Amino acid sequence: MLDLAIRYGFLALLFGLVVFFALAADGFFSPISAIFIFQSVAITGILALGVTCTLVVGGFDLSIGSVATSALMLSAYVMVVWEQNAAVAVAACLVMGAFVGFVNGILIVRMKVPDLLATLGMMFLLVGLQRIPTEGRSIATGMTLPDGTVAEGSFSKGFLFLGRHRFDFFLDNLLPVSVVFLLAIGVLVWVFLELTRHGRLMYAIGSNEKAAALAGINVNRYKVLAYMISGVLASIGGILMAARLGRGDIASGNNLLLDSVAAALIGFAVLGKAKPNAFGTAMGALFVGILLQGLTMMNAPYYTQDFVKGAVLVVALVFTFYLSANRAGENK
Amino acid sequence: MSEAVITAEAVEKSFGANHVLRGINLSLREGEVTALMGANGAGKSTLVKILSGVHRADGGIIRLGSERFEPGSPSEAMAAGVVTVHQSINDGVVADLDVASNLMLDRLAKHGSGFFVNTRKLRQEAGKVAASIGLEVDMGRMVSRLSLADRQLVAIARAMNHDPKVLILDEPTSSLSAAEAERLFDLIDRLRGQGVCILYISHRMSDIRRIADRIVTMRDGIITGRFERQPLDYEGAVEAMLGHGMTDVDIRAGKAGMPVLELEGLRLRETSSPIDARFCVGEVVAVTGLIGSGKSDLASVLYGLRPPAQGSMTIDGRTYAPRSVPDAKRHGVFLCARDRSTSGVVPDFDISGNITLPFLKNYSSLGFLNRVSQQTRSRGLINDLGIVCQSEQDAIGNLSGGNQQKVMVARWLSEPSRVLVLDEPFQGVDISARRDIGRKIRETSGDRATIVLVAELDEAIEIADRILVMSDHTIVGEHMAGSLDISSILAEVAGRSRPQTTVGEQWQ
Repeated sequence: MLDLAIRYGFLALLFGLVVFFALAADGFFSPISAIFIFQSVAITGILALGVTCTLVVGGFDLSIGSVATSALMLSAYVMVVWEQNAAVAVAACLVMGAFVGFVNGILIVRMKVPDLLATLGMMFLLVGLQRIPTEGRSIATGMTLPDGTVAEGSFSKGFLFLGRHRFDFFLDNLLPVSVVFLLAIGVLVWVFLELTRHGRLMYAIGSNEKAAALAGINVNRYKVLAYMISGVLASIGGILMAARLGRGDIASGNNLLLDSVAAALIGFAVLGKAKPNAFGTAMGALFVGILLQGLTMMNAPYYTQDFVKGAVLVVALVFTFYLSANRAGENK
Repeated sequence: MSEAVITAEAVEKSFGANHVLRGINLSLREGEVTALMGANGAGKSTLVKILSGVHRADGGIIRLGSERFEPGSPSEAMAAGVVTVHQSINDGVVADLDVASNLMLDRLAKHGSGFFVNTRKLRQEAGKVAASIGLEVDMGRMVSRLSLADRQLVAIARAMNHDPKVLILDEPTSSLSAAEAERLFDLIDRLRGQGVCILYISHRMSDIRRIADRIVTMRDGIITGRFERQPLDYEGAVEAMLGHGMTDVDIRAGKAGMPVLELEGLRLRETSSPIDARFCVGEVVAVTGLIGSGKSDLASVLYGLRPPAQGSMTIDGRTYAPRSVPDAKRHGVFLCARDRSTSGVVPDFDISGNITLPFLKNYSSLGFLNRVSQQTRSRGLINDLGIVCQSEQDAIGNLSGGNQQKVMVARWLSEPSRVLVLDEPFQGVDISARRDIGRKIRETSGDRATIVLVAELDEAIEIADRILVMSDHTIVGEHMAGSLDISSILAEVAGRSRPQTTVGEQWQ
């Protein structure tokens, strides 16, 4: 019984929540509302999938939020100030994300800095770095640069397409590009972690690093890889954010880190796995999105949102750690 | 003869079905150093934990002086005068505080010791404590900047604060060099002179020769020997500790073929004597020796975990100098590491995942895992080794220790190897699992050289065609199955040094 509760409890809760809001809030149960929820969690979800990869190898990445905002600023800078096209901007962001992940990985495996501290340091570094080129101002076409010239470039159509286009899907103009990205990346990360040899080896490292090393696994290489995946996914999140905003807004993305970490941790509770997993992370992100959308439609004030997210996270963690510890106790 | 300070009568302790102490009778006297010897799992640490208040005995009586002694916690034991310095030094000291604060820590922790710390007064009093046992370190120094030996001495000095009647030292020299250990022995000599009763737990024969007034040996939860008459019978003690209740073994030596692995002038440490040895195809060689004799160092060198201090190795005549574990695996050298729970088992994986872990490449195509082939292979090995489970998809944590160990051995038997090294493959395993594992190792040994590292002599005799004895990081003796001279093996294990003979001469 306890076993069933742990395994399906969270999904049952998710289902119950949908039913409740469908009955209580007018217009909740509609394709438009569903897409809205997906869109609201798309960027968080992509970042959360990256965090999941680092959690799998027993690490943690606190720098994802700042990687995403750095990518936001970088893409704007490349297009507006350097007047380059969308492809260059996207490539620059992906390279930046991979590089930051690589540095994180090296700090952790070579310099032996504990993961939380290494990525915390990286977070501060990036938050500061992204303000330097523009002296702390947002980037938009026509802004005056520190050297007195005016930025002539602009966000290209192709780039804005990533953030604003909607595909026709049953209804005209329904499915935003960011949601397509979320689904595609979710499936990719899931396949990688669950079905490939490399995913297995990463789980082995997270479960018993010493045993993995003695089995002949190159532990350091996989750890660096995990941080690079995390960096790249975070930069994709940043690109989508930039494409939606259409400007390099210095104040965006404050909540990204906490929301995506919460989604990944809530994911532990899904299916009672008690370990990081891609499906759980996606469900965790969705759960938060549904809850917030439902509450908003029932006119709950916006400032209660963080409280609700925190409460969900705590409940999920109890599910994961206390209940599954009990279950392990019963088996003995 | 002086008074007994502490006596244990018929002390029993079980953990679940595991009967760890089966009636221990022991008495320790004033001003005397009693060395307690026993192999892994003999019950030494359990006994220490009962005396120091970590565990409670299930049965029997312990008396301290004439009083019943039943400490409910380590602090009660300490208050009563039984003080333990544990094996890992860093449990006994706080690395980020200075020496004075460490020495006075228990006083600082006491209720009503004041809110502010008077550093000057603290150092003064700490200085007195240190002086009383002849400890000479700067009171203001951070413990993290002291050598291991000094940390150990600080931990002991801290223990002396409690004015102990009984001082228990649990393998205090395990991470000390010879010179550092000598300082510790000086301190122990001084404490003995002050009439403290000392229980000294160690595997190192050199320590025991230096410091022990008497030796008590344990094996399988009972006391198997007491040696008090001078001069102490060290070889007798090793025999009582390791035992060699001959089990029915049927090993015909001499089926060995061509040499596979050859070691030439291999030094495990800068200061140790070189090892020359060869290991041949089809033979099972047991390497035995006490803990700290260098068996695991040898395994590390063979498996590419670290390079030897000097010397070279060849496999099938070609130079073998592994730079990493994957490199060693590529050369066909596998290691089934000791202590499965920390260095073998992946708790999140099922049996099949645990067996196939090192060779996942063989179970995947284009990077995608083929679970069916993993499971088929695992089922085969589960049958071969008689692993008791519902299916290959059981969580590894649900298996008994013996079955988990079988999974670990199955992991390294799942692919052919040139040299298979098994470090303590019978650790924490019951007799029937031990038989199964031993039989399987011998059955499959035809195409490779097999090296089994074991501390227990029984286990070596049961499995090996040839037994090598290690002591002080080198090989000190070689014995062929069928013509074993137990007493000379024991003498070599106990470290009666002998010039090293070239090992493997028989196969020329």
